[in-house]
Amino acid sequence: MSDIKEKISQICPSATFTEGETLMVTVDEKDWYPLAKALKETKGLEFDVCSAVVGMDWKDSFGVIYYLTSTSRNWEIIGIKIPIPDRKDPMIHSVSDLWKVCNFQEREVYDFYGIKFINHPDMRRFFLRNDWKGHPLRKDYDADPKLNPVPTEDEKNEDDTVTYVEDEKGKVKAVKGKVFGADEYVVNIGPQHPSTHGVMRFRVSIDGENIKKLDVVSGYIHRGIEKLSESLTYPQILHFTDRMDYMSAHQNRHCLCMCIEKAMGLVVPRRAEVIRVMMDELMRISSHLLAFGCTAMDLGATTAFFYGFREREMILDIFEKTCGARMSMNYNVIGGVIADIHPDFVKDVKELIRIMPDRLKEYHKVFSGNIIAMNRLKGVGILPKKEAINYCITGPSGRGSDWSCDCRKKHPYSIYPELKFDEVLLDGCDSYSRYMVRMKEIEQSCRILEQLVDQIPEGDIRAQVPKIVKLPVGCWYQQVEASRGTFGVYIESDGTKNPYRVHFQSPCFNLVGVMDLTTRGHMIADVITICAALDFVIPDIDR
Amino acid sequence: MFNFGIWTSEFNNFLLGFLPEWLTVVVECVLIAVLVLLTYTVLALFYILYERKLCAWFQCRLGPMRVGKWGLLQVFADMFKILIKELISLKDTDRFLFKLAPYIIITSSVVMLACLPWGNGLQIIDYNIGIFFILAVSSVGVLGILLAGWSSNNKYTLIGAMRSGAQMISYEISLGLAMITIIVLAGTMNINQLVWEQDSAWFIFRGHIPAIIAFLIYIVAATAETNRGPFDLPEAEHELVAGYHTEYSGIHFGFFYLAEYLNLFIVSGIASLMFLGGWMPFHIPGWEGFNHVMDWIPSIVWFLGKSFFISYIIIWFKWTFPRVRIDQMLAFEWKYLMPLSLLNLVLMAVCVALGWHF
Amino acid sequence: MEVKIKSMKHEDFKDNEYIDKLVEELNATGANVMVGKLDQLINWGISNSLWPLTFGTSCCAIEFMSLGAARYDMARFGFEVARNSPRQADYIMVQGTIVHRMAPALIRLYEQLAEPKYVIACGGCAVSGGPFKNSYCVVKGVDEILPVDVYIPGCPPRPEAFFYGLMQLQRKIKVQKFFGGVNRQEKIKEFFEKHPEEEGRLG
Repeated sequence: MSDIKEKISQICPSATFTEGETLMVTVDEKDWYPLAKALKETKGLEFDVCSAVVGMDWKDSFGVIYYLTSTSRNWEIIGIKIPIPDRKDPMIHSVSDLWKVCNFQEREVYDFYGIKFINHPDMRRFFLRNDWKGHPLRKDYDADPKLNPVPTEDEKNEDDTVTYVEDEKGKVKAVKGKVFGADEYVVNIGPQHPSTHGVMRFRVSIDGENIKKLDVVSGYIHRGIEKLSESLTYPQILHFTDRMDYMSAHQNRHCLCMCIEKAMGLVVPRRAEVIRVMMDELMRISSHLLAFGCTAMDLGATTAFFYGFREREMILDIFEKTCGARMSMNYNVIGGVIADIHPDFVKDVKELIRIMPDRLKEYHKVFSGNIIAMNRLKGVGILPKKEAINYCITGPSGRGSDWSCDCRKKHPYSIYPELKFDEVLLDGCDSYSRYMVRMKEIEQSCRILEQLVDQIPEGDIRAQVPKIVKLPVGCWYQQVEASRGTFGVYIESDGTKNPYRVHFQSPCFNLVGVMDLTTRGHMIADVITICAALDFVIPDIDR
Repeated sequence: MFNFGIWTSEFNNFLLGFLPEWLTVVVECVLIAVLVLLTYTVLALFYILYERKLCAWFQCRLGPMRVGKWGLLQVFADMFKILIKELISLKDTDRFLFKLAPYIIITSSVVMLACLPWGNGLQIIDYNIGIFFILAVSSVGVLGILLAGWSSNNKYTLIGAMRSGAQMISYEISLGLAMITIIVLAGTMNINQLVWEQDSAWFIFRGHIPAIIAFLIYIVAATAETNRGPFDLPEAEHELVAGYHTEYSGIHFGFFYLAEYLNLFIVSGIASLMFLGGWMPFHIPGWEGFNHVMDWIPSIVWFLGKSFFISYIIIWFKWTFPRVRIDQMLAFEWKYLMPLSLLNLVLMAVCVALGWHF
Repeated sequence: MEVKIKSMKHEDFKDNEYIDKLVEELNATGANVMVGKLDQLINWGISNSLWPLTFGTSCCAIEFMSLGAARYDMARFGFEVARNSPRQADYIMVQGTIVHRMAPALIRLYEQLAEPKYVIACGGCAVSGGPFKNSYCVVKGVDEILPVDVYIPGCPPRPEAFFYGLMQLQRKIKVQKFFGGVNRQEKIKEFFEKHPEEEGRLG
């Protein structure tokens, strides 16, 4: 930790440091880009992953917080805070050329706060319509529905982009551009398309059936969760996590609860920890089963889909008995879990562990071993390890590119350090590897469940929590391994019962960022398989 | 073996008894047209239910259950609904071609249906070049698909149509070669004679190895010809929404839907004609008693039974395999299937020339 | 006249007053026997062959997939032919939140559906905006932009609730009048009266 401070001080003497659960470095805007470049490239630092980008509005100034991780320094994480005092025309230098994941992240910040990123190649809005008035996460945003009525017409000027370029004198100019040329044959896939797994929209320029360029248009299910959270109390914002990535509802909620508990200094009873981890792993199996089913269905093998759903129903039954709902369980609460496990819980989980190995064999027989499926998935959607790190593709998709990025191992939380399980890594870097990682992770999740199912300790299921939850002033960042990758929660508190800022760093957001890279040169049909193998959940992207 | 020809000729004589000859022909033509259209509808409806039930059973489901006993009336409900659905006309499309396309497809499959040997003496069109005629008519169908895709003024339909054109033209070659292989063995293109040639034993047994290879090639090519999975690219639901018929609604869509299922029956029917003896019962040379018992089963039952069995296999493909990609599909045809069928044709010719068949 | 649904008793449904009233109103003027019987036949067809448009934006869509899967199997009702093209579908089931960016697309999809067409609002978000009601860009219920026939509450609704909602839609269809009711010809006439310049451009 200490050598980081020294090294950063050498590069940028004006930087100030705040110790906390992670080191927070505050730098001026003019020093930011050289520092970022040095942080990424200096030997001994090598912060090669940009974990999160959080836009901020501190009322007197805007700001952006970058959370950087260094894989070579044992996954050490630091936060860089860059205040932007100019409220009228806030600008900051883009780092999307260093960490490509920042391309979409910075567009999101621009959308929410109106902070312009200099040298960013494509400064369009990301979630909201082009004709949206105002930037909603600004504290002085005018939420009058008359300003932005429900539109009935499609938006115009979809092709127009803008880049802010700085000349030698430091003057910033807007350079206009187009996404697609006038003579390109652009096919629109989505937002309502059977296999974009929701309401994602891609605009694809094709040559015959080959893809020349793919443009992601997101925001068709952007619900403004982060803004909503600012007006609710901490226990009230919990339910949003279940509705973002509904296929990793437990993990997401676990993350938010842990972040709040960390800030409060609350110790969760062991029984609750064990139950939480078991629920997380059940959720992971259920999610991977759905991913299996959807991959098969998107490839036209409809029958395999039904097999995946057959086993998924068993897990939903377990959830239903304990949590009272099949989906959107709302089970984790601050300090523990909301209700004790159902008497059948242990029996049902054992039954699931018993049948899963046979069923997995059946899946491989029906689908993964099929020659057509292999031809469709192998060698398609190549994502080299270097790109996976640069785009911060975590979860099964990253591990399919041989990048060891399991948050349960790298930033151990809850009771995971005590558990024996392998991090599944495959080096195919293609859709088939990503698919197979998922199938193998089901086995590992079963292994974790097996270790825990007879070891659920007696005790409380919930710690004593004050009636009104208030966090001290400060900011916290917590990560967990959700079904699709590393899910992060950033909370900034001003000491009241409402959070000042909540940011959810969702894994799917990064996944959709590689769509252009992975699909180029492939055919239209491959867009579908690449989508299926990346397995993103749209509400998690759009939040 | 009961010959339905007795009935038809008696009916002909009965009409001739009080009508002039030209009127008899007209009356018979009208009657047959009505009959064919009726058979067409009933068969298509049956096939829709057949597939829905089968796929449900493959997928551990029940399929339609609540409309009528075991869901038997389900397809009739669908038919009523489709009949009264609105026909949407689109702006900026070629309206004439748009409306023409479904009729081209339906016409081509109706004509093919008329060529099939339904039973002993039950055949509508019987040319001396029957097989040739079937091949020719089946190629007209692709025109309808191309027109549908083109005239809809939609990028998805256009891609679907182009895929379909490439696919059907390619696989037609293998299909034709597989059929020619059998024609070499049979020495005739006349459908009626083809069936009678299989009196002693079906072609798949008579032609042994080359015939079996031809049968397998035929089944693969036929699956592709009918745009069914794993070759259902022209209407690949998860890529192209609904493929070439995305913009069709109401009964126009219904025509595509019916033709799709009827084409399945037709290719199965041709397979049973070419390889499994058409309506000819299962005969084993020498076993007179056995053959006699087999003859008791009416010929129409034999024909339908064989066709439904082959359709079952093709449906089984669809619900098992994932979809192939367009380049893989074309590579499969041009690199493997077509050379194989050519070799097979040579093999069959050698067998026939040297008398190495039964 | 009672609206019958197979193996569901009339009293098992919760809002019978509403449907009874509807039947009474529709039959107040009386109907021609022939037209009435034909209507019944057509309504039998439509109500038993409801093909959904696959349209899911969030969690409810996953429950809809469960509905199609083996345990709940909506194929039993003949609902399984999910069409991806709105031209061929009968109803649009709005599963999930509709936000400002999606609203024009949803309206367009509804307009692309061929008559007779129905709308089901499924889940809290589609019914009223649900937990996201206070958000800046969420449409507060699809009934703001589409005429909704059936509401299915829940977050997400259970598959059983989906079936109940679909049966309610069947009941509604069984009392509708095809002749003079949902018939689109009249609507087209109305449209041309409003927009005379469009005449001749549509078929």
